[in-house]
Amino acid sequence: MARRLPRKDVVVVGLGWTGSILALELASSGLDVVAIERGPWRDTASDFNIGTAPDELRYAVRHDVFLRPKQETLTMRNNPSQAALPIRKWGSFLPGNGVGGAGVHWNGQTWRFLPDDFRIRTHMIERYGEGIMPEGNHIQDWPVSYEDLEPYYDRFEYVAGISGKAGNIKGSKQPGGNPFEGARERDYPTPPMTQGYAQTLFTKAAGDLGLHPFPRPSANISVAYTNPYGCSMAPCTYCGFCERFGCSNYSKASPQTCVLPALIREPSFEARTDSEVTKVNLAKDGKTATGVTYVDLNGEEWEQPADLVLVCAYSLFNVRLLLLSGIGKPYDPATGEGVVGRNYAYQTGSGSTAFFEDAKFNPFAAAGSLGVALDDYNSDNFDHGPHGFVGGASITSAYTNGRPIQYHPVPRGTPTWGSQWKKAVKETYQRVTNVGAQGSVMSYRNNYLDLDPTYKDPLGRPLMRMTFDYQDNEKKMANWMADRCDEIAKAMGAKTTQVNRLNVPWNVVPYQTTHNTGGAIMGSDPKTSVLNRYLQSWDVSNVFVMGASAFPQNAGYNPTGTVGALTYWSLDAIKKYLKSPGPLVQT
Amino acid sequence: MRSVIALMALIAVGPALAEQDNYIDAQRGKALATAGDCIACHTAPGGKPFAGGFALQTPFGAIMTPNLTPDDATGIGRWSKDNFARAMHEGRRPDGTYLYPAFPYPYYTKVTRQDADAIYDYLRTLAPVSNVVNRRTLPFPFSIRTSMWGWNALFFTPGYFAPEPARSEEFNRGAYLVEGLGHCGACHTPLNAFGANKADRYLQGNAIDNWIAPNITNDSQAGLGKWSVEEIVQYLKNGQTRTSLASGPMKDVIENSTSKMPDADLKAIAVYLKERGAAGSPAPAPLPAGDPQMQVGQAIFTDTCSACHASNGSGVERLFPRLAGNAIVKQDDASSLVHIILTGARATGTDARPTSPAMPSLGYRLNDSQVAAVVTYIRNSWGNAAARVDADVVRTLRGRLSSAGN
Repeated sequence: MARRLPRKDVVVVGLGWTGSILALELASSGLDVVAIERGPWRDTASDFNIGTAPDELRYAVRHDVFLRPKQETLTMRNNPSQAALPIRKWGSFLPGNGVGGAGVHWNGQTWRFLPDDFRIRTHMIERYGEGIMPEGNHIQDWPVSYEDLEPYYDRFEYVAGISGKAGNIKGSKQPGGNPFEGARERDYPTPPMTQGYAQTLFTKAAGDLGLHPFPRPSANISVAYTNPYGCSMAPCTYCGFCERFGCSNYSKASPQTCVLPALIREPSFEARTDSEVTKVNLAKDGKTATGVTYVDLNGEEWEQPADLVLVCAYSLFNVRLLLLSGIGKPYDPATGEGVVGRNYAYQTGSGSTAFFEDAKFNPFAAAGSLGVALDDYNSDNFDHGPHGFVGGASITSAYTNGRPIQYHPVPRGTPTWGSQWKKAVKETYQRVTNVGAQGSVMSYRNNYLDLDPTYKDPLGRPLMRMTFDYQDNEKKMANWMADRCDEIAKAMGAKTTQVNRLNVPWNVVPYQTTHNTGGAIMGSDPKTSVLNRYLQSWDVSNVFVMGASAFPQNAGYNPTGTVGALTYWSLDAIKKYLKSPGPLVQT
Repeated sequence: MRSVIALMALIAVGPALAEQDNYIDAQRGKALATAGDCIACHTAPGGKPFAGGFALQTPFGAIMTPNLTPDDATGIGRWSKDNFARAMHEGRRPDGTYLYPAFPYPYYTKVTRQDADAIYDYLRTLAPVSNVVNRRTLPFPFSIRTSMWGWNALFFTPGYFAPEPARSEEFNRGAYLVEGLGHCGACHTPLNAFGANKADRYLQGNAIDNWIAPNITNDSQAGLGKWSVEEIVQYLKNGQTRTSLASGPMKDVIENSTSKMPDADLKAIAVYLKERGAAGSPAPAPLPAGDPQMQVGQAIFTDTCSACHASNGSGVERLFPRLAGNAIVKQDDASSLVHIILTGARATGTDARPTSPAMPSLGYRLNDSQVAAVVTYIRNSWGNAAARVDADVVRTLRGRLSSAGN
């Protein structure tokens, strides 16, 4: 039996980017806020000591800051006819654990989605007719527009100190920026990072091909910066230890660098770490949450009553918590009814590996978001008519790292061990670069999340089951993008190239991307969405759900910029809700 | 019902006015207690504020600080205003026995009676905390409090602060704060063998608790000579200037005390400090870059320090102190620099600048001669010049820090 604690105004589930931002904003307005985080406290100086932070074995291989599958795992299958089996080691994607969440170990690519992304269904049908929509798709317009979110993108970028070059300020195109981006009120807070040799070649080659390269917006920042919360960041040293690592130099935007120093000074804020929320509790009418139940490190169960419940865990775990709490009707692919678990989506990766004769790329001088990108083939920036697919990809030349254990590219066909392998590593390390396409994934009737009927976690609760595979639309798109990457790689002067096509079926083992989206999506119709346009639950009005679980489908970009924008967008709505509790959108 | 309340309010007018005066005095007293940083010494780690029991380390042994809450049995509950004023002014308890000058009465003697009373009023507003403190921790012969009679006779002159009429009001306000409540000299003035200030070297820097409280006169090599008044104010307010960050014991002083003081008082302190002291000794010639110890130091600096402090020692504003021209680096005694490298350090965080950046300990992977080399390199690069540091100095400090639990 859970022991009941004194009531709080707000309980925040998970203390990553979204949870820490909301906790700070609400605590500083005088509300009593408690955040419950299942992992440990993490602090730059104590946990990411410069002497130990760049430990590839500990962090990249042994997953020190990631969730342990023993804490929570998923079962996985490619389609509803298969039996799902539990994932025993994270591979394809890497959920974070502890204060800061995945905001500790991300690479720092911080994009705004394109205006067309938010009204993709309407836009595609308007331009190409119904026939372009893929079979079995659940593609939906977002219930917000780019223009709605612009001020909130801006707020997040200024909190995170993002380095970049604007391409469109108030409708006026800016040389050197992304000409396809939506209009922004002002430039990025800090200038772009210094690019490497591969990026110089890419920029030249892409420009010669009539494309529009620009420096990738980066949360590994270029110059010293102090954000609106008074938190300070230092210039990135290009050490190449971003993804899978905490930053020891205060250079990568994370809750630790950008939010927590201010948050921990708030007297009405409290964090309870190593404590896992097991359920959002509902009143008898099922329309109001009364708080949450959580289990601490000693297995003691506690009930934390609160007036407002903010679900701020990683996207997949938001969905599971809703399913376990009975908030919203679970999605059933057989009938197409229900909403929780619907529209799970992911991303595609494809591209071209380019081998040069004499180049010296120095891949170890890297950063998570160092790179040059182009959006000519993203969203609907190009004519989809001849190609027969929906969606697109951002194409990039980048180095995130050149680390000794995991970065040793060799040409296809090289033995995987022994003297020939060593010889190939030595010859290739400095002379290889990659042109990559990170592509959108649309939502489909048969890609979804639900509770597993067989497997349970240590607390006896069903695991979440993921049913996912790339569909024909995504295969076509990703492979067409691979050819575009190869053209650029050849134009860069590569002696040989290898095209990397999309592997089907999707495999959970090799790392691909942690950009899991959907499952608790926002929309304008409660029949096809879990949340209204303010990220408020349609069914339980004092529950708001943050994060990429709200995306109706995924775009050809990293999600964190949009997650941050939605958080600030929702914050303004939460402030309205607090003045007059109840549904913010009437059905 | 409302009329009853109104009537009660009327009845209460007389005493309420008096209370209000007390309230103002207590509020003023709180500000003064903040300026005096009383809470720092009179709070045990994890203990209730002002309830005492903090082990203050002196060269003669640890002194446990007393309970300042108004508890009758264990605190100052039975003390009168006069008792308190006498402690501040003469360093004596209500029964006349002597307090140790670890309680900085040689400074507090300058505090006006009115201000001492206000602090007393503030302390009376605290909730009484029963906390028995063992006040007999000093070894013989220092345990004999009567011996303080002799000490006082030699080193202590009671006397209220006397403004210098020729100087500005601001200078005198600064002097009152620095020489009195602020007791800056308690850390920043060298001590003689008896633990008394060397008056002729007032504020010229002192070794304390394995750190160097640096020279804070206007000396341009080791002191504040190159700091503007505005930079001193910023430092006291937020623990930061464009080029430096506070850590070590000064971090606590800033967080508890100076960051909460009015800007006008901070400016007065800065104006006073800028008018103290002379040019000091000229800088020595820097060691040549080709010196073997310098070469070792440079290699260590490049590998270990330059990612944050930059290879030209410029640092990063608000996060990593600038080492070029940094007065802490150039002190005659390199203890603070060695201490930071051995144990790491965390810099000040305030509401305005909440990031409290930290440098990790490097003592576990740099040996004594490596630390000495990198310190020597830092002290003699980018325009810095200061005496070479030997491995012996590092070894001694490492031993002391290790026995102190670091």
